[in-house]
Amino acid sequence: MSDTFAMIEQVGPRGMMTLRGDLSSTKLKNAATGVAGVDFPGISECNCVDERGIAWMSPDEVLVITPYDEIAKDLKRMQKILSGTHHLLANVSDARSVFMISGAKSREIIAKLSPVDLHPDSLIPGQFRRTRLAQVPAAFWMRDKNTFELICFRSVADYVSTLLHNAASAGSEVGYFQ
Amino acid sequence: MSTRLAQQGRFLNKTKTLKFTFNGKQMKGVEGDTLASALLANGQTLVGRSFKYHRPRGIVASGAEEPNALVNLGTNGQFDPNARATTTEVFDGLQATSQNHWPSLEFDVGAINKHLSRFLPAGFYYKMFIHPRSFWKHIYEPFIRQSAGLGKAPKARDADTYEHFYAHVDILIIGGGVAGLAAALTAGKSGARVLLIEQTAHWGGRAPVDGGIIDGVEAEEWVSSTLQALEKMKNVTLRSRMMGAGVYDHGYVLSYERLTDHTSESTGPRHRLWRIRAKQVVTATGAIERPLSFAGNDIPGVMLASAVRDYVVNYAVSPGDRTVIVTNNDDAYRTALILKHAGLDVPAVVDARPEGGGALMQQVKDLGVRVLTGKGIAKVKGGKHVEGVGICSQAGEGAVLEDIACDAIAMSGGWSPVVHLWSHCGGKLIWDVEKAHFRPDVSKGPTGADGKPFVVPAGAANGAMSLANVLAGSVAAGKMVVEQAGLKPKRIVTPEGESMPETPLKPVWMMPQGAGIKLRSKMWLDYQNDVKVSDVQLAAQEGFESVEHAKRYTTLGMATDQGKLSNINGLAVLSDALNADIPDVGTTTFRPPYTPISMGSIGGEARADLFQPIRKTPMHDWHDEQGAYWEPVGHWRRPYCYPRSAENHQDAVTREVTNTRENLGLLDASTLGKIVVKGPDAGKFLDMLYTNMMSSLKPGRCRYGLMCSENGFLIDDGVVARIDEDTFLCHTTTGGADRIHAHMEEWLQTEWWDWKVWTVNLTEQYAQIAVVGPNARKVLEKLGGMDVSKDTLPFMAWADGQIGGIDVRAYRISFSGELSYEIAVRAGQGRALWDALVEAGQEFGVMPYGTEALHVMRAEKGFIMIGDETDGTVIPQDLGLHWALSKKKDDYLGRRAQERDHMTDPNRWKLVGLETVDGSVIPDGAYAVEDDTNENGQRNMQARVTSTYYSPTLKRGIAMGLVENGPDRMGEQLEFPKIDGTSVFAKIVDPVFFDKEGTKQDV
Amino acid sequence: MLMLTCPYCGIDADETELTPGGQAHLTRETVGSDDDTFESYLFMRENPKGVHFERWRHSYGCGKWFHAARCTVTLEVFGTYSAQTTEPPKEICDKISGKRPGWSWGSFS
Repeated sequence: MSDTFAMIEQVGPRGMMTLRGDLSSTKLKNAATGVAGVDFPGISECNCVDERGIAWMSPDEVLVITPYDEIAKDLKRMQKILSGTHHLLANVSDARSVFMISGAKSREIIAKLSPVDLHPDSLIPGQFRRTRLAQVPAAFWMRDKNTFELICFRSVADYVSTLLHNAASAGSEVGYFQ
Repeated sequence: MSTRLAQQGRFLNKTKTLKFTFNGKQMKGVEGDTLASALLANGQTLVGRSFKYHRPRGIVASGAEEPNALVNLGTNGQFDPNARATTTEVFDGLQATSQNHWPSLEFDVGAINKHLSRFLPAGFYYKMFIHPRSFWKHIYEPFIRQSAGLGKAPKARDADTYEHFYAHVDILIIGGGVAGLAAALTAGKSGARVLLIEQTAHWGGRAPVDGGIIDGVEAEEWVSSTLQALEKMKNVTLRSRMMGAGVYDHGYVLSYERLTDHTSESTGPRHRLWRIRAKQVVTATGAIERPLSFAGNDIPGVMLASAVRDYVVNYAVSPGDRTVIVTNNDDAYRTALILKHAGLDVPAVVDARPEGGGALMQQVKDLGVRVLTGKGIAKVKGGKHVEGVGICSQAGEGAVLEDIACDAIAMSGGWSPVVHLWSHCGGKLIWDVEKAHFRPDVSKGPTGADGKPFVVPAGAANGAMSLANVLAGSVAAGKMVVEQAGLKPKRIVTPEGESMPETPLKPVWMMPQGAGIKLRSKMWLDYQNDVKVSDVQLAAQEGFESVEHAKRYTTLGMATDQGKLSNINGLAVLSDALNADIPDVGTTTFRPPYTPISMGSIGGEARADLFQPIRKTPMHDWHDEQGAYWEPVGHWRRPYCYPRSAENHQDAVTREVTNTRENLGLLDASTLGKIVVKGPDAGKFLDMLYTNMMSSLKPGRCRYGLMCSENGFLIDDGVVARIDEDTFLCHTTTGGADRIHAHMEEWLQTEWWDWKVWTVNLTEQYAQIAVVGPNARKVLEKLGGMDVSKDTLPFMAWADGQIGGIDVRAYRISFSGELSYEIAVRAGQGRALWDALVEAGQEFGVMPYGTEALHVMRAEKGFIMIGDETDGTVIPQDLGLHWALSKKKDDYLGRRAQERDHMTDPNRWKLVGLETVDGSVIPDGAYAVEDDTNENGQRNMQARVTSTYYSPTLKRGIAMGLVENGPDRMGEQLEFPKIDGTSVFAKIVDPVFFDKEGTKQDV
Repeated sequence: MLMLTCPYCGIDADETELTPGGQAHLTRETVGSDDDTFESYLFMRENPKGVHFERWRHSYGCGKWFHAARCTVTLEVFGTYSAQTTEPPKEICDKISGKRPGWSWGSFS
């Protein structure tokens, strides 16, 4: 790949579990927070520390993120807590690819591809945005003010990688988010 | 002759010379030149030929409104047709060629058209279509094809890159003139997120040329201090060379940024298309001067008065030594003043108004310039260049009173606000009688999602024509958008503008007003499409009274400039011909983009590798290494077959089918949809979704199911496995994975939201490998790890376990009629399992097979394929799938629709097998004919082929098709005509061609 | 190019993040219904010039279906609300009444 004005790397694999159920249920919250070790997120938020976290996906779905190698153990732990409740817990670790985009101008890369307000006043660390990245679905959040973590489907990882590198080509800086 | 002046040139850096070529001729410009100013500086006033008559044409304007000076730029991968010379910045090495000429610009054969002009009137194309057809084919069309058309289409692949950029702002201000700057200053001080864009490379618009005092300093000084103030505001972004292209619903605005067009050193994208969401938009887009309609107004050397002074002041170019100015307003006198101050001659100002003008006229007179009032131009002398004018009375019919020699003419018919962006999204216009122009009706602006206006016009774009009015209006517009964006405007002192007072213009739509047909047919309205006053009058006379009809009949305003100069003049001529008021005739619709934008910018990053996403399975690279021939299936790429060195595709498919039937085949089935459905109501839900009963399925077992839409038509099929009491796994077709998951969610979310069911699409979590053929069990047993015997894992059962040390779920399901296992494994292990199967399978004759072999094998077994046997109009009953329609259920999606009378019609076309009499393969999509014909004399049809293949197993052509009453007509022969005129005959047979009892798969 | 606020995740979604789903508030007809009623359920749709109730899915976002009350002439959005209801919420109807007095749509007004 040619020079880029931000660092783009495919990271992971990450352990990821889709958990669908009643998000107001204490059992469900406990199952998720117990494994992830972070607070349960609010609407359209993501709490993430290192390789563990919880992302709000929809009013009845969260994504629980754990280290890839611990997924089997964590699935079991959650299943145990959730037993008896109406829920769906599924390992989706292999269905996803994860990218890290870092650099002072990382916002611009996403803003070339997603119809999302990426202004620093609008998109801040802690928010979780599911959206469209060019022609595929994706979700991202900010680790810090210069770093994005982005999830897409595994089958389009090559497409997304090319997209991100292309959008970050040296010389294509926009200079918009100051 | 036009030439470079020693003085002036505020945009130029005269110390830096640039070399460029025009039609291969070396020319010199300086940094800051546009191609137009550089051509004029080189004395090149002839720049192109007109579209229809191939008349010589020169530069008319100095900006985006230019109709004539269109050129081809660059070569090969950088070739760009129809570029406007007036908006093209010169760089070292630029190559331009003129358009529309053949064989050369100076000598053009097509110019003979002008002698034929009486045969090429308005509506020429329409009229000629009804003339003898042979004339059209042999005479008109070849000639028109040779001579007509604008720039050439590029032949080489575009070497540049393009991109999009999404920006969300409170306030977008379009236009960086005095109005835009004042509005931005007002909006910026409120703290709003402001984006100010300017289409040219320069800020300040017309004010620095036209003169005036703002807050006690020259306009130019105010512009630079205001720019400095704006640049200091963190919440304000300024972008030049960025045009507002279109305003759309809910504050969506497309803007077109040209990043590298002005330079030869290009890194990064050439154009960037900004997709902006703005809470509020200010259109400070200025105004465009109108030409005057007099005979010969298209001869090179006739220019807009404002353009003449732009070239002198901004580019140090004089369009001519002796410039006659013709006007109906005071503003054009500014051109006289500027020309005189530059030391150039102005033989006369011809003012159509009997009383002439006011203070500006007096200043001009004081410089000793002759002012002729109540006069007009009867005709322009010259061919490829202006040589003089004949003066007449404006009130008369064009008798020449006096000839004046000159080499340039500066004309002004008044100013029209640029209302395009205001109008794109529904902003209405009102006719301003005094200024004779349409301007925005600010009470009827485009409204946004909240029902409130989101576009506010400012400055000349709002009809303000004096500096004081422009500034006051723009500050007010700035405050208004801040408020409408939900913010608080800060107090701001409106900058004070002083400019020369002007007396009102007098509308002049034809010069002289009583001109006869001879003059009228030399008065150009639309330069680019060669539309004359006489054409519009003819259109009206022939009954094309609506402005939209007249536009299309004459092609007025339909060229690449979209009639920026011609629309109002044409409209006025039409109104006059119809004896109606201008506002009653109305305008044509303004549509985006404001000026043409590149196709590259519209595509953005979506080209080459990124044209569309390609989905890859975990085994993709292996297939690629084996030389798979790919078939696109949705966004997936699946191997169609794996040809070996000398094999063609047909041979490869035959080999793969035969080997799978005789030994062992592997299929990458990872693309099949896998959706988990879980909950106490999951069974009840699937009973509604599938036509057959799923709630009765036992855990550990599989069942094939059909899904229909509420219209009764088949939409998908696949095998459902019951995982446990609460949980099902539904397999869908490759194309159905996302669609069927969405279908499930739609019913759960919008109809049965109280049912306790969750779904999740796990398609990509698993790789799935079909292990197929008589040796399938042997290879799995060799790898070991789980019991795959018939007793433990019978047909249509599944089990979790390990194969070769990898955790798997094995399904005993078959789409080929062979002994078959579909092994699901988490995607990350897919390649490892595939490699293990390939290696262990060597001794059993393993070969991978592709989608075509899959199709052939399923057709041999009479299995349907969604998308082949179904096309959105086929119900399960048509396919003989009654066995899959549960009679025990009260309801399922599509059931009621299948009772509708058309669905129960006994004469529906139904699925059968087709066996060709001669063993050949029926062409894809063939129809069978009846003996009789319909009312149009066409043969009636009675059947169509849905799948047709060469069967390597049966060594003959086999097909499935939908045949009228087909199942009742076994043994009958049908005739399928082919494209070559011959027919193939086929016998109606049972659709199951191979192993009718199904013994092979159940071993 | 519309922008609709998803009532579930609160995101102002671009039209390219959404999937349209036609008219809202249909009542499902099935086995037992007469031909006219069933035909009407399958095919007959409101096509108003003015107030309209539609279904949209936030397909590139939270994946939820929701309803939007919208003017088909001006594209004004009166509000978005949960799809899990058989009628528009009162506050949206009141809002429409304020802006389009005398409106009616299907059995709502």
